[in-house]
Amino acid sequence: MSQATGKSILEVKDLRTYFYTRDGVVRSVDGVSFSISEGETLAIVGESGCGKSVTSLSLLRLIPSPPGKIVSGSVLYHGKDLLKLSEDEMRDIRGDKISMIFQEPMTSLNPVLTVGRQISEVLELHRHCTKEQAHERILELLKLVNISEPERRINEYPHQLSGGMRQRIMIAMALACDPEILIADEPTTALDVTIQAQILNLIRELRDRTRAAIILITHDLGVVAEMAQRVVVMYAGRKVEEASVFDLFAKPMHPYTLGLLNSMPRLDDSSSKRLVEIPGMVPSMRTEIVGCAFAPRCSKASERCLIESPVLQDFGNGHTVACWNPVAVLRDKA
Amino acid sequence: MINNSTMNRVDWPAQVSKIRLFLTVQLPALYKRYPFAVIGAATLLLMIFIAIFAPFLATVDPQAVAPLNRLKPPSWEYWFGTDALGRDVYSRVMYGTRVSLTVGISVAVLSTVIGLAIGLITGFVRWVDAIVMRIMDGLMSIPSILLAIALMALTKASIENVIIAITIAEVPRVVRLVRSLVLGLREQPYVEAAAASGTPLLKTLLRHILPNIAAPLLVQATYICASAMITEAILSFIGAGTPPNIPSWGNIMAESRSLFQIAGYLILFPSIFLSATVLAVNYLGDGLRDALDPRLSRRM
Amino acid sequence: MLSYIVRRLGATVVVMAVVAFVVFSLLYLTPGDPAAVIAGDVATSEDIARIRQSLGLDQPFLVRFGNWVWALLHGDMGTSIFNSLPVSKLIGQRVEPTLSLTICTLIVAILTSVPLGAIAAARAESKLDHAIMGFSVLGFSIPVFVLAYLLILLFSLQLHWLPVQGYRPISEGIWPWFLHLILPSLALGTVYAALIARITRASVLDVLSQDYIRTAQAKGLKESDIMIHHALKNAAVPIITIIGIGIGLLISGAVVTETVFAIPGIGRLTVDAILRRDYPIIQGVILIFSATYVMINLMIDLSYVFFDPRIRY
Repeated sequence: MSQATGKSILEVKDLRTYFYTRDGVVRSVDGVSFSISEGETLAIVGESGCGKSVTSLSLLRLIPSPPGKIVSGSVLYHGKDLLKLSEDEMRDIRGDKISMIFQEPMTSLNPVLTVGRQISEVLELHRHCTKEQAHERILELLKLVNISEPERRINEYPHQLSGGMRQRIMIAMALACDPEILIADEPTTALDVTIQAQILNLIRELRDRTRAAIILITHDLGVVAEMAQRVVVMYAGRKVEEASVFDLFAKPMHPYTLGLLNSMPRLDDSSSKRLVEIPGMVPSMRTEIVGCAFAPRCSKASERCLIESPVLQDFGNGHTVACWNPVAVLRDKA
Repeated sequence: MINNSTMNRVDWPAQVSKIRLFLTVQLPALYKRYPFAVIGAATLLLMIFIAIFAPFLATVDPQAVAPLNRLKPPSWEYWFGTDALGRDVYSRVMYGTRVSLTVGISVAVLSTVIGLAIGLITGFVRWVDAIVMRIMDGLMSIPSILLAIALMALTKASIENVIIAITIAEVPRVVRLVRSLVLGLREQPYVEAAAASGTPLLKTLLRHILPNIAAPLLVQATYICASAMITEAILSFIGAGTPPNIPSWGNIMAESRSLFQIAGYLILFPSIFLSATVLAVNYLGDGLRDALDPRLSRRM
Repeated sequence: MLSYIVRRLGATVVVMAVVAFVVFSLLYLTPGDPAAVIAGDVATSEDIARIRQSLGLDQPFLVRFGNWVWALLHGDMGTSIFNSLPVSKLIGQRVEPTLSLTICTLIVAILTSVPLGAIAAARAESKLDHAIMGFSVLGFSIPVFVLAYLLILLFSLQLHWLPVQGYRPISEGIWPWFLHLILPSLALGTVYAALIARITRASVLDVLSQDYIRTAQAKGLKESDIMIHHALKNAAVPIITIIGIGIGLLISGAVVTETVFAIPGIGRLTVDAILRRDYPIIQGVILIFSATYVMINLMIDLSYVFFDPRIRY
């Protein structure tokens, strides 16, 4: 695992992104704060619809503007607030300093352009090189992501490649300009399990080689355990817990986190053990949530939880929780 | 006994309050959501009203020839002026509403019904499909006005023949739409499931296929209505449409082909009515399309 | 790819055969004696007999059809009933004006409608979008000849900027030729442009919602670059399809436009032929226009490969 240097390069403060639809306001990200240091891998975990993808898109200001809007907050990159930059300045950062890879490699690549052209585009744009100069670098990149026969692949179209290869192309595109931060939005969710492992290994390898910081969005705690150094748990648009990956798995403090961990099947569980579900459903984000968003489903909920929205409390070693009744015990293996 | 009769009698107070609800609450809400469609529908209703009550709205007999009053510009006596034979343009425009609406609606209904029938057959019977689609392709290769012109050149000029000619030109497009919808629907899992469980074809048609093609067909029908009205006007304009003695908007404008420089009003008034009506129908079609299935707006 | 071309050409031949058959048999499918109808109300029985003979109506159907097709393949489209000149010659004399009008219209219409449709999609639901779409609905709700008269009224009669009617062949100078074609192209092209703009908007809107556009944005590309290099190529297929299909509209519209602007083209020929019920001319015109329409659409079909590499025949 690469060492984080501790110097924070991106600081997100109280980010709020809302979507204004015909049926109401959807508060997808409702006051989220976190930071990431040089070379660190931060995972953002949560169920579908908790706002983790919207958070990552907000960092690069890729939210479709009607109906979405980044309502308030700041995203400080080396001290400069990305949300206050002009569109031109933002475009300089995208693909160059901060890049992103997406969940669906099938649809995330342009079907009518060759793969080489799509990678070359990033290089021509940010490094101002010519097509010929880019060619060498593209070959390098393709080899870096373990694509066989790179000379041939450059002129092929996305539909001629397999899912795993397409995702490697996306990674190559994202790393072309040596970004400082790579945002990976569920990079392996759409892939077969064996390919998933390959891609994760690849990302780890590349991370060690390039020392890029990675913000990894996922709903899979297994991936978190493999890849991350620190974890942020999100629920209903808010951060409910943040800790180092060891602390999160060893002593989760938010009931939701505990619920997530318990619902994961483990290799060392007996085969007759029933998976524990979290009862109830994620709340609709169209209505304003009073109190703790998780309270209706929480076994530890008290009166206070239903009225007052919990604030983040620091329990030491960077472990913060937003809960009035945190679980403060070691995880049991009943 | 008493219970039965109370059930069958019409509950007037409830009906009146339903109407009031519609006018005060539902209609404004519809208007807020689909302003153009509601305006279009209102305009269309106005035109239908004019068509029905033309005899009462016209000031004089539209056929009355008065050579002494030829080519008079609009005035208090002749609101829209008079044409080359001294006929009152206003009255002729009022009566012309009948022609356009009749042609538009008839063509829309006829072509939809015929196209639906043929399209359904081609969607289900393969060998028929091969033959019929070649014929449809051939018909569609002939630009519709030319086809209508050819048909009209061979028959006596009459409104019925105009309707038939335009219908023949519009049917192939409906057939193609129905066919593609049916072929797509047949692949759907619920249709395959129905077939697998032994549902007779007719039932499949009625329960699964027809309800799903009703919406696109309806939207297409409104567009056909608009297109037919324009086609009739063009045909009449070049002399291949409604017989000259029946006032139609296209006819009135046809007379002005050589006169427009001195009698622009001959073109102005019928074209306002025609454009307004066609626009109304088009807006209605757009509104229907958006209301029934927003996905349709991708294809249409 | 080659086998696809061959198959499509085969289908084209079949389609043209159907067109020929339809055009030919219309004469006999309509009720009444076609010769009498063509001769008109004031014809004598000798006139009718003459017409019947000249159309060959006294021979069995298939023989007539066969003869007719044979003649057609040799470039003989029959003779006009009205002035006994060969139809092919009459049409040939009128090709230049119609061709000029159509090409001008095509260029003007496509160059305005595609960018407007793309802009409307890029700014979907904005005032600009609604304005552009509003104009396009207006565009195909106003009949061609109405628009034509409006334009003449404004630009010729009021402002005196442009000539009212008429056509000047290229041989008499490019400028007068162009000047006389401006208003007709505008009138004719509006309907066509409206249709293309609508389809362009729908197609580009569909493309813009795709994931790969988001990827392009994440790479830091400019909006205009994304539109030109990523979006349009993907949106192209439906757009060029409608351009092809819309040519039918252009052809129909040409008939009217030439009438209003007194352009001596094939459209005018058709209108005159209707009045005189000169059916051989109508037949010839339909054949020529249909063949053109079919050929253009065939070429457009074949061009899909250039836009979408996934299409492999």
